Formats: sequence, C-alpha cells, structure tokens
Amino acid sequence: MSSVTQYFKEIFSGVWSLLKGMALTGRYFFSPGEIVTQKYPDNRKTLKMYDRFKGEVIMPHNYKNEHKCTGCGICELNCPNGTIEVIPLQIVTEDGKKQRVIDKHIYHLGMCTFCGLCVKVCPSQALAFSQKFEHAVFDRSKLTKVLNQPGSKLMKGVE
Amino acid sequence: MEFNIYDLSSFTAWIDRSLNNAMSPGWATAIELLIIGLVFLMVYALAGLFLIYAERKVCAFMQNRLGPNRLGPYGIFQTIADMFKLLFNEIIPIRNSDKILFNLAPYIVIVASFLTMGAIPFAKGLHAIDLNIGIFYIIAISSMSVVGVLLAGWSSNNKYSLIGAMRSGAQIVSYELSVGLSVITLVVLAGTMQLSEIVEAQRWGWFLFTGHIPAFIAFIIFLVASTAEINRGPFDLAEAESELTAGFHTEYSGIKFAFFFLAEFINMFIVSSIAVTIFLGGWMPFHVYGWDGFNKVMDFFPPVLWYLGKTAVIIWVIMWLKWTFPRLRIDQLLKLEWKYLLPINLVNLLMMAFVVLMGWHW
Repeated sequence: MSSVTQYFKEIFSGVWSLLKGMALTGRYFFSPGEIVTQKYPDNRKTLKMYDRFKGEVIMPHNYKNEHKCTGCGICELNCPNGTIEVIPLQIVTEDGKKQRVIDKHIYHLGMCTFCGLCVKVCPSQALAFSQKFEHAVFDRSKLTKVLNQPGSKLMKGVE
Repeated sequence: MEFNIYDLSSFTAWIDRSLNNAMSPGWATAIELLIIGLVFLMVYALAGLFLIYAERKVCAFMQNRLGPNRLGPYGIFQTIADMFKLLFNEIIPIRNSDKILFNLAPYIVIVASFLTMGAIPFAKGLHAIDLNIGIFYIIAISSMSVVGVLLAGWSSNNKYSLIGAMRSGAQIVSYELSVGLSVITLVVLAGTMQLSEIVEAQRWGWFLFTGHIPAFIAFIIFLVASTAEINRGPFDLAEAESELTAGFHTEYSGIKFAFFFLAEFINMFIVSSIAVTIFLGGWMPFHVYGWDGFNKVMDFFPPVLWYLGKTAVIIWVIMWLKWTFPRLRIDQLLKLEWKYLLPINLVNLLMMAFVVLMGWHW
C-alpha cells in the first residue's frame, strides 16, 4: 500500500515542482521590464554601472588636491601579482619632523585582476574603484598609471 | 475563379477543373502534384526560418535577454542571414565514414517530416491527402526519422555520434508507445482515424473539453511524449551539447547540418499540428452549442488563422518546456516512460473507453 501511495505522491510532487519552474520562466516571458541585456554601444551615454562594479583602482582626491595615501605600502605587499608600486619620499615638515609621503603610486592596469585586496586592506581608505570600464588603448605603456595627481599632498589628519 | 477563405475546397476544385480542361488527366495530375510539392517546400522553408527566429526570441525572453536585435527591426533578418551562412559553409567529407549512408541520412530525416506534412489539414479544403487512416499514417511516417538519426550516428565514424544515435533510438522506441497510445485514446473518442472527420467531429466542442479528464491526461502525455520524440529539450540527449558535442550530427556541416536543424524545427511544427488537430479542433473555430451570436463572431475569423493561432500556442508551450527544464539523464528518461507515462496511458485508455461506452462524451 505504501509503495502505491509513494508512486502517486512522486507523480504529483514532480508535476508540482515542474509547474513551479514553468511559472518562473512564464513570468519572465511576460514581463519585459525584467530584461537585463544592455544594448551597450547604443546606450553608451546613459549606461550607469553599479556602485560595486570594479572598473579600475583610483585614488580619490578632494577639491584641495589632497589624497589620503600615507605611503605605507600595505597595498603593494598585498597585491598578488605586483600591480602596485609605491615609491616613497622622505620630506621634512615645517616643524622640522621627518615624514614619509608618496612620490608616485604606480598602478599597472594591464596586470590587475581586480581582486580588490588593495582597496580592502588600505588602513586610510585611500584607494577606491572607479566605474570606468573602457580600458582599451593602442599602447601598452598607457596602461601604467600614476594614481596620485601631480602636486597633490596628504590630507590633514591622516596618519 | 472562386476563392473563399472560409472554404478552400471550391478553390482547389477550381484549379483541378481548369487544369483538366486544359490538358489530359495524366498531365493535370502531374502538375497538381508539382504545385503541391512546391507549396510544401515553400511552407517548409518559411516555417523553418520563422520557427528558428521564434525559438531564439522566446528563449531570450524566458531568460530575461533580448535575443537577436541587430539585423532589421527586432532582428527579424537574423535567421535569413544565418541561412545564407549555412548555405555557403563548406561540406566537409569525413574520412572513413560510410559515404552512402552519411549522405543519405539527412534526406531520410527531412523526407520523413515532409511526408507527414501532407496529411495535416491546414484549413477547410486545404488538405493535400485525406487518408481514411490519417493518424495511423502520421504515426508510421513520423517514426521514420529515427532511421535517419541512427544512420547519421552510425556512418559518421565518431563515438559521440554513435552514442547520440543509440540514445535517440532507445528514446524514440520508448516514447513512440506513449504518443501512439495517447493518440489512440482520442481515436476511441472520435471513432475515426480520418483527420478531416476528426476535425468535423469537434464542431461543437474541442476534444480537449468534451473528452473529460481522459482527454486532458492524454493531451499532457502527448505533449511530453512528442517533445521526446522530436528530440527537443528537456529530452535532447541525442544531441546533448554538453556531453556529446552535438550528438548524431557532430560530423555534419553546411547544408546537411541545416537539413537536420530544419527537420527538428519542422517536426516541432508537425507535432503541434497533430496536437491541434486531435485535441484542439484543428482549423475549427471555437463554438459553444446554442450561442449563435458568439459562434457567428468566431466563424468570422478564417480557419487558416484559427489553425495557425492554435499551432503557435502549442509551439510556444513546447518551447516553454525546453527552456525551463534541465536535460534528463538516459535512465531518468526511460524511467519516466516505462514507469510513469505508459501505465498512466493504459489506464487512461481504459477510462476513455469507459466514458465512450457510457455515452458521457458528446
């Protein structure tokens, strides 16, 4: 007896689960608003990437051309494939103290795997991801970028 | 010229008469055969192109994509471009293949689907050959395509092709039973095998509605089993791209591959046509007994439109099945047929015989 009920139970539960799947695809079919395809080159002007999209590593600067990078080199240590090179510089501040700042924060976009470790480990949130994704260039040397802008300084209060 | 979209038999009779007046009966018959052949070839090519486009669009919408949208408005010329690409592809001869069988296989597949089309009633009077054993003929001929698939797999000299062909053989031998039995259930209800009479018997209610529960169960089983019979997903393990590259047509290229491809889509069309003819009244408009005004409005649409509309719905359902379910394994496939569909089908046949015996159908 139990095997007979089992048999019919299997049939009905199977049909029920199939119908659930069909309900989902049927709903997708009749709701064109859910289409995720982007007609990319056509909507280039209006295309907006998501906040979490990892385009390329940048160093945000404020309006006074100041960044938060202290030149500690943790990002360089954490980068799995040597994408980042931090070239530090010793300067003497007004009150006579020696301070380590960055001369150049070099980023090799051509080697980057966009793992995001550098952004994650930075103790002063100096690095971020931009949403630019059109990286194709004709010359490979253009993929090597200096992230700190010329003449920029360390933001006050960041140690 | 007598052309009446609601009853095309006078139009075909007019062609027959004028041909017989102009020449001897032998020549007239020959020319009629030629006309019918050309019309079917055109329908075949156009329906194939349209179905491939429809499949890609339906698939895309079910997966929240856009589908072809570059060539022409909504990408409607995409399949035409694909067809030209396939026509210009090189036909690669396979070393150590069985040349005769290798070249014969696509034609068997395509001829099988072509022969089936002749027996389908497209509209009142638009029916190439109205056999009194029409359903029997369709079942017999449509199972011929498995011969082509087996030949293709065997002659390709490729292990994947052979595995695909063997799977296809096991599958069609099993599911042919279910298709046949579910159709027989409806033959019991209709009391005839002649397709034109089956359609005529559904004037006051399609069999899906007048046949009570047995007809409904038979309809579901027919849909499942015929999807398996035409080698479409979720029963496409004869092709199984992920396991067997392309199954039985791995070694085919160019126009020969196009034949297999086209035959698959036309078989879908044929299966939908049969489902429409025996379950949904074929070209018969939707009538309710006693509602004369309503019936008049329904009669206003020509039978061809009714036929095409119903067929499109069934085709859409078959595509819906394909793009929802994952592919079955071969043991699951055989289990589904022999442990579930076949016993249910046999009980269903008995139930239908009982319904007919008691006169509950109408």
